[in-house]
Amino acid sequence: MMAERERMLELTDITMQFGGVVAVNNLSMHIDRGEIVALIGPNGAGKTTAFNCVTGVYKPTNGQVRYRGGLIVSNHPTGKMKNMYAGVNADKYQEVVEHTPDKITKLGVARTFQNIRLFKTQTAFENVLIATHLHRTSNPFTATFRLNFREERRMRELALEMLSVVGLADVRDELATSLPYGKQRRLEIARALATKPQLLLLDEPAAGMNPQETDDLGQFIVEIKNQFDLTVFLIEHHMDLVMDISDRIYVIDFGKLIAHGLPQEVQDNPDVITAYLGVEDDEPA
Amino acid sequence: MKENKISWFIGLVLLALMFVGLYALEKALPPSTMLFTILKKGVIYALIAVSMNLLNGFTGLFSLGQAGFMVIGAYTYAILTIPVNMRAMIYQYYDGGVVQFALPAIVGLLCAGLVAAFFAFLVGLPVLRLKSDYLAIATLGFAEIIRAFIQYEGLGPLTNGSNLLRRFPSFTGILYPFAAVAICVAVIVLLIHSTYGRALKAIRDDETAAEAMGINLFFHKQFSFVTSSFFAGIGGALLAMYQGSIQAATFKSAMTYEILLIVVIGGMGSITGSIIASFLFVASSEWWLRFLDNEMFIGAFKMPLLRSGFRMVVFSVIIMAVVLLYRRGIMGDKEFNLRRITQHLTGKKGVRHDG
Repeated sequence: MMAERERMLELTDITMQFGGVVAVNNLSMHIDRGEIVALIGPNGAGKTTAFNCVTGVYKPTNGQVRYRGGLIVSNHPTGKMKNMYAGVNADKYQEVVEHTPDKITKLGVARTFQNIRLFKTQTAFENVLIATHLHRTSNPFTATFRLNFREERRMRELALEMLSVVGLADVRDELATSLPYGKQRRLEIARALATKPQLLLLDEPAAGMNPQETDDLGQFIVEIKNQFDLTVFLIEHHMDLVMDISDRIYVIDFGKLIAHGLPQEVQDNPDVITAYLGVEDDEPA
Repeated sequence: MKENKISWFIGLVLLALMFVGLYALEKALPPSTMLFTILKKGVIYALIAVSMNLLNGFTGLFSLGQAGFMVIGAYTYAILTIPVNMRAMIYQYYDGGVVQFALPAIVGLLCAGLVAAFFAFLVGLPVLRLKSDYLAIATLGFAEIIRAFIQYEGLGPLTNGSNLLRRFPSFTGILYPFAAVAICVAVIVLLIHSTYGRALKAIRDDETAAEAMGINLFFHKQFSFVTSSFFAGIGGALLAMYQGSIQAATFKSAMTYEILLIVVIGGMGSITGSIIASFLFVASSEWWLRFLDNEMFIGAFKMPLLRSGFRMVVFSVIIMAVVLLYRRGIMGDKEFNLRRITQHLTGKKGVRHDG
């Protein structure tokens, strides 16, 4: 059933090694168009590192990432890392492809941050407006002398629309950092949506929320997914939320993939239970 | 939108009134009045401070290369505009120099900006990959190198070595520098409020988030650096016009620090703050505190402490006091805003409309 859909994102053998520490170890996974896929795991399992490898913040030590079939990240261990490398397939990916985060965003991959990163001195509206900058057709000259006024108007309309989508139109002129926590999270999502993404990466969107807010957020993610025809890649700690909305789940622990499958399968997997609850000998079997 | 247009209109009217006022002042007072000196130097410093604020306050790049780009602008202007019949006299040690043409002042002014911008582009390629203090040191180094390079004997036919350049066209009244600076500052303000300006502010607030929103960091930093240097170059050329003669040795790093001081006192990220602070700075360093440098007698009583150099002591204390009292500068990152003032006076809190 999944096979007919377009493959949105595909990670193969992604390994991220910082010195001797292997944060992500040989991670392979894929996400198809229209899915909500969650990446879960205990604290420090390497979830955000995996995200950062996809979005170009980090350059993985080894492995490849394809977005809609096109290679966006590819690397193999070089230099000092050649001898220190602890993963597998060290010689498989000779091609080196490295995009800066802005280029990957331009391709249609938007993200939010685990520890909210809004533009502190700007209002909610301005925060979203900034995210419309990447699809500009104006150059500095036409923008300065307002020859791009039609585009400018469209940018403002889009930003306002995205604010309305997340239900923050009434606080548009408030300073982003003066908003309550839950609204800041929504504002980050509005900002990501304003880049017109096809793939939305959410890094712990429910962190710090109470059960009611988490529930609302889950519904909201499904709503925007349908409304904007998105594919969602989610990192989350709240099990209820993940089990509720995910189509498939990948579980990593100590950087390694320990399980994947449908929510129910993952929930009953003994390795996952071990990773989350821990046993005397916490070597994953 | 409508409200926006009204405030633009009011701004333009005020600007026009300012020019009428300046014109009247010029007619009323003798041209040697101290006030004119202050206004001329103040407005030129204002442009340079605003250009530095674009980089340091709005883009968050801590650069100390302003004096370097000013000296490039000043020299470009001088070299291109000195009348041909004067060149033999000025370049007396270099057979009249290599440049044997003279451009009109306004073209020279534009070229000053363009050449400074070109150098900024070249310098920016390696330097803008550095962050915070490292960037400051690298740009400071560049400014020192360029100053030494201009004085290099081998470049004499072009720059006249370490000798003065003079007799280039200058301005007499105060309207010329005010008009030039008003145009430049208006362009900078328009830029800051454009989509590119918003991107620069995003980079200042959070580089990682800005990049994740699709803003190409290097391009935007380079753009800010080049634009800032363009206007610093024009500022340098205007300063040359104001002084009547230039010498590379005077464009020391102390000049950059003066500008930085203005930007910090005015408020990082406030255009009007930089402008107000530059007039205050120039007026108090050159005029209001002058009396402290002269010995003064009241009857037979000689005032203690007053002697040459005491002015700078008082000046430094004032600056320290201002920085302590206004942590974020006189204006913070706010702008001088008529609407806010009327709101303040009438006690009403209006809602902002950016749409």
